Amino acid sequence: MTVTTGTRTVTLPLARAINEGLRRAMEDDPKVLVMGEDVGKLGGVFRVTDGLQKDFGEDRVIDTPLAESGIVGTAIGLALRGYRPVCEIQFDGFVFPAADQIITQLAKMPLRSLGALKLPVVVRIPFGGGIGAVEHHSESPEAYFTHTGGLRVVACANPADAYTMIQQAIRCDDPVIFFEPKRRYWEKGPVELGGTPDLPFDRGRTVRHGRDVTLLAYGPMVRTCLEAALAAEEDGRSLEVIDLRTLSPLDTELIFESVRRTGRCVVVHEAPVYSGFGAELAARITENCFYHLEAPVLRVGGFSTPYPPSRLEEHYLPDLDRVLDAVDRAFAF
Amino acid sequence: MKAEAPRGADAPPELVQLLTPEGERVEHPDYDIELSADEVRSLYRDLVLVRRIDLEAVALQRQGELGIWASLLGQEAAQIGSGRALTDADMAFPTYREHGVAWCRNVDPVKLLGLFRGVNHGGWDPAEHNFHLYTIVIGSQTLHAVGYAMGIQRDGAEAATIVYFGDGATSQGDVNESFIWASVFNAPVVFFCQNNQWAISEPLEKQSRIPLYRRASGFGFPGIRVDGNDVFACLAVTREALRNAREGQGPTLIEAYTYRMGAHTTSDDPTRYRVASELEAWKLKDPIERVKAYLFKNELADQAFFESIELEADELGKDLRRRCLEMPDPGPMAIFDHVYAEPHALLREEREQYAAYLAGFEGA
Repeated sequence: MTVTTGTRTVTLPLARAINEGLRRAMEDDPKVLVMGEDVGKLGGVFRVTDGLQKDFGEDRVIDTPLAESGIVGTAIGLALRGYRPVCEIQFDGFVFPAADQIITQLAKMPLRSLGALKLPVVVRIPFGGGIGAVEHHSESPEAYFTHTGGLRVVACANPADAYTMIQQAIRCDDPVIFFEPKRRYWEKGPVELGGTPDLPFDRGRTVRHGRDVTLLAYGPMVRTCLEAALAAEEDGRSLEVIDLRTLSPLDTELIFESVRRTGRCVVVHEAPVYSGFGAELAARITENCFYHLEAPVLRVGGFSTPYPPSRLEEHYLPDLDRVLDAVDRAFAF
Repeated sequence: MKAEAPRGADAPPELVQLLTPEGERVEHPDYDIELSADEVRSLYRDLVLVRRIDLEAVALQRQGELGIWASLLGQEAAQIGSGRALTDADMAFPTYREHGVAWCRNVDPVKLLGLFRGVNHGGWDPAEHNFHLYTIVIGSQTLHAVGYAMGIQRDGAEAATIVYFGDGATSQGDVNESFIWASVFNAPVVFFCQNNQWAISEPLEKQSRIPLYRRASGFGFPGIRVDGNDVFACLAVTREALRNAREGQGPTLIEAYTYRMGAHTTSDDPTRYRVASELEAWKLKDPIERVKAYLFKNELADQAFFESIELEADELGKDLRRRCLEMPDPGPMAIFDHVYAEPHALLREEREQYAAYLAGFEGA
């Protein structure tokens, strides 16, 4: 269903698209709250919440004390009282003080209540590197959360999805860990303001069709994969790119259909390869597409090291060349 | 701070007490309470009944019917006094030992057994009783209580929250963060710390160099130490703190000075770390005996009353035992229930696969 009434397509940077999505959600439901460090007057360190406190007041856009466990823990309490809090964790590497509340409480409380309680809490986390930041500001902690039953884990990759997915996350009655590709915050794209989502919340999207290899990515690596696909085209290789969008649950049918068709698959993420989300993808694809595979599923990602100092991050982060190198290796089998 | 030997033999300073261990009513300049004979008898009944529930649960564990049990023995007055101070609109956040508060919130005692028996992780609807689920991670619930209180503020409701935790929990980051949140947002919350002197094997000196109630001043709200074995004082002090919270005066920390007369849980062995004389000293301050003495001395109850309560307690224990044994084990597919509120493809897949696996055994 396409709703055109009252909608308008504009070009926005990704950060602004999330801002517009938050604004829309707050207008639609007075129970929606935004909370976190510096989200009020400052509008967040990335300005994602810019102007919201001015328009919705300090009771709905809450500048919190500087303690991440406190942010998520009090958000749980607000949700128990009927609110729908959207927490901002300022940077990926700062989510760990809140990991206790997320993993031991947020994820488990609905089951603990035998379904009596719902916890519609969204935890927004800017993630990934590539912005030349100091330690703890460039990490990709998604696998810690996909490993935790009770959470939904999603990542947006472009402004249009950022706008709709944040609204879907807020409407969802389950806790959602919402990863935002921080190095793509300033990249612009079309956004249909007032529009409805063109995909359900638990679906991935094929962002480029191809015949020879399936590239699986999410968040900041989707664009990297699209650039790799463009470059590969010049070599006569046709790469399909899937933006997973959701990591838990996973849109497996979309992935399996593609890999059965192409016979080759490369997974790309910034997080370390070892025990990374790519391992889950590779295992599932192998189990489900074994007789269609021309090569093992290959993974491109970070090393098994802490995130390096920023002068070295170009060596750590997957780029176009490392993706194409993996594509070459997939063909060499 | 030097360790007391035996711990708690002398009353600590600044203790609000309205009923002595000998059952004498005493005056306090800041706190008073008017209780009718009916009300005192009713408090006594609650104290006895929750002790009986606790005793039965310990026995059920010893007989293998519960995996573990966390006894409230010795803390009945702290829990009944504070629990009875709550209005229906107030919300309570317990640890895993607040069986007495659960009683005050009309949670069926058999529902408390579920998580200790291993049939669920918590079996009641918190909204039905305004009594949240038991929380096992130490101190986590203090933040939930403050968040809930912030919700009350936003609703403009006339209610407060109370959150329970122990002396050990005061070392947790979450508890300290909850103090900060409550303070800066002036949240309507009462922090009710039952200082039972022991965090499993660690005495209070391992947690704090100052009396716990004094911690509050550093966070900017009042802290009060109450005789946790005095149900009158616990009721009076908690009632006042809740009223202040509802009236917009912000949080209060109450340190209920009490003693864990039993083990930490049925898996624990306190003889390894504390002396027997300590328990003997605290037995003289028993929370139930002093109310009984008060009722006797003031001729507010006769022998028939006490016998009727004992009879009721025995019936309650029997009924609890019977219904514990009747609790069905959940079916295997219950593993997948209630994890998510909305459909989740991965769980659906795993459920179907496991059901198919189990079906393979049928007729085998």
